[in-house]
Amino acid sequence: MAGKSKEQGGDENVPFMQQLLDNPFILLFLGVASPTLLYIVWGVIEVAQIPIAQ
Amino acid sequence: MALAAKFRTCPDTGLKVHSQAEALIKANAVLGIIFLAVGGLFGLLVALTRWPAVHLLPDELFYLILTGHGANVLLFWIIFFEIAVLYFASAVLLNCRLAMPKIAWLGFLLMVVGAITANVSVLQGESTVMFTSYPPLKAQPHFYLGLILFAVGALVGCFIFFATLVIAKQEKTYEGSVPLVTFGAITAAIIAVFTIASGAVILIPTWLWSMGLIANVDPVLYKVVWWAMGHSSQQINVSAHVAIWYLIAALLLGAKPLSEKVSRFAFLLYILFLQLASAHHLLVEPGISSEWKIFNTSYAMYLAVLGSMIHGLSIPGAVEAAQRRRGFTNGTFEWLRKAPWGNPAFAGMFLSLVLFGFLGGITGVVLGTEQINLIMHNTLYVPGHFHATVVAGTTLAFMAVTYLVVPLIFRRQIILPGLAKWQPYLFGIGVAGISLFMMGAGTLGVPRRHWDITFTDAAIAVDMPGTAFLMMGLNGLFALLAATGGLLYILIVVGSVLFGEKRTEAVAKANPVIFDASTVKSYGSEEHPKLSGTYVLVAIFFVAFVLYYYVNWKFLSEVWPLS
Amino acid sequence: MAINSPKGIWWNEPLSKAEVVWIAIAFLWGLVMFFTMIYWHFGGQQNLSNEAYKIRPELFSERTEAMVEKYTVREENGIPVVHPPAGSEVYLIARQFEWWPILELENGKQYRFHIGSTDVQHGFSLQPVNINLQIHPGYEMVLTAEPNKTGEFPIICNEYCGLGHHLMVGRVNVVEPQ
Repeated sequence: MAGKSKEQGGDENVPFMQQLLDNPFILLFLGVASPTLLYIVWGVIEVAQIPIAQ
Repeated sequence: MALAAKFRTCPDTGLKVHSQAEALIKANAVLGIIFLAVGGLFGLLVALTRWPAVHLLPDELFYLILTGHGANVLLFWIIFFEIAVLYFASAVLLNCRLAMPKIAWLGFLLMVVGAITANVSVLQGESTVMFTSYPPLKAQPHFYLGLILFAVGALVGCFIFFATLVIAKQEKTYEGSVPLVTFGAITAAIIAVFTIASGAVILIPTWLWSMGLIANVDPVLYKVVWWAMGHSSQQINVSAHVAIWYLIAALLLGAKPLSEKVSRFAFLLYILFLQLASAHHLLVEPGISSEWKIFNTSYAMYLAVLGSMIHGLSIPGAVEAAQRRRGFTNGTFEWLRKAPWGNPAFAGMFLSLVLFGFLGGITGVVLGTEQINLIMHNTLYVPGHFHATVVAGTTLAFMAVTYLVVPLIFRRQIILPGLAKWQPYLFGIGVAGISLFMMGAGTLGVPRRHWDITFTDAAIAVDMPGTAFLMMGLNGLFALLAATGGLLYILIVVGSVLFGEKRTEAVAKANPVIFDASTVKSYGSEEHPKLSGTYVLVAIFFVAFVLYYYVNWKFLSEVWPLS
Repeated sequence: MAINSPKGIWWNEPLSKAEVVWIAIAFLWGLVMFFTMIYWHFGGQQNLSNEAYKIRPELFSERTEAMVEKYTVREENGIPVVHPPAGSEVYLIARQFEWWPILELENGKQYRFHIGSTDVQHGFSLQPVNINLQIHPGYEMVLTAEPNKTGEFPIICNEYCGLGHHLMVGRVNVVEPQ
């Protein structure tokens, strides 16, 4: 998991998780994508699948 | 723009404060408090009407005021204040100028216009649809339009926040990672973006429908998407007030997080999973599978609850460690006994933490359990629960931080310090009572959003138990207590901002409001101290949680078999 | 402090034992709660079938009226009291501002309930049992229920449905099997 990036300005390797937590835009993407897919999209599919009464 | 930015140096913290950021923080906080005053008054009227012996308002007015209460406190008060928190956590804590102040003012203006429009529409009496506005109940078009404008304005605020983070990074106004409080604010802002986008997705078609441009809005679909806004907006609060708990502990006691890694990881769990809990509102809806319900209502196997339980150890732990470092090392609880209980910022913060955890957190998980929801859905248990989270948790935390915002940002001394000392207790105890008695009444079947549980004029008689009426009376009494605390807060804050002694450098030196400024420069995590008091607190919490959880399964097992 | 920027690599800082223990306890407790919900679907008796249909309100009314016509045993204040046979399909309409008709059921027998609204959303709330369901217009919710006590059980509305919301009451009478 150790990150290869040195853009944090160090000679040390910044761990992947620290790079992730330091990047608000990746977090923003994850924080919007997760509930959009798991809650909204899945939920809308559930409602759309309710059958019509015979 | 960078050249034009004006800064002052804060005499208390040494932080550079951008004048435009400061002005926007003030404006948003003031508007928030105005809507708190309006919404709080509405709340008192609601509680007095539901107090059987008082039964204050006539039915039509009751439902109107209840609609206004929800919108004003759940959306307007809280989101205005949160925008102030976002600007503070970005521009001030990062020593940076605020991005595009003109756009930020435009966002502010949209929020003001939107909030006023929605209020006008409610008060005109044609939009009594409750805060949730479930179709096919229809409000006037400008009710939805007001909410949409408000949401767009708030989205602009989030955009400014993220842009400020970019500027701070580019201009290297800080070294290393952002402070933990800023990270908590990032969490809040991310959830806000999802919240507001969901609100727009559902309110725009509903607005078109209210004008007759769309034939109908599916009510189940509406509920799915609306709650992605309605519940997630309360998750913005959770993230924001947890950030504020860390902030107050840091400013007052010099508390450091036990571990940067653990606290940030807990916020990451919020970012990924907290918003799934919107499903709490859809557990007894027709046609949605149990797979969806269980996965979402449990925030993906309770991973967001794990986040909260981590904060529940980290924050009291940070306070204990800081206190022990100051020499309060006797026994298990000297650190807690000798905490600054007379300082309203600390008292409010700690009460908020305890009430949110015990009253709001545990009951939220129980209420959001797929099957247990059957015996609680839409009873007064629901508002009982969320008054513990949103009022005792968020509002009390926001009140607490105001006692620091007024001296540090408005640069005024707090007036009536003797009364201010008592304010968090009055409000906290009042709200705790409201929550407990509403939840008690809810377990007895008392419905939420209901004008008359005597059912005097109904065609079929209903005998609610006497205990339920007693609980509603006690709810009214504690609402009076909370309202007194709320009124005191508004008097003290408005009075201080207008008439408080100006906090010049000399005044600031003589009346420090934060912990010894020299330690403000320190950073990093606590060195694994012994935290026996905190361990006892979390152990009590855990036992209470487990017991209460299974007691409710027992209650459920006694009702009619359903399948 | 929480208002200062941590520098360097903080992700690799070791955790204290207490933190690790607490995180493990909290995580396991979450799993316990998660699996308790799943367990209840097999080991518990109170679960929703989640069976539902989209249905035109007129069609739902028709079906309810057909049942009422067939099984009405008497009237109370002009509201029909219906005694459908044990094990049968039972229809209940939610509408501003009543639950219609009054149902008379036998204790310990199973019934297949069809509950639907013909106007706006309503909240089915059976008292004092405290079973609560959300009823949507255009949808028919189907579930099997088995009364386990005799008596009169009012149904109140706990979703705001208009100005007469607090007048909306219905009833289920549970009687001994005949």
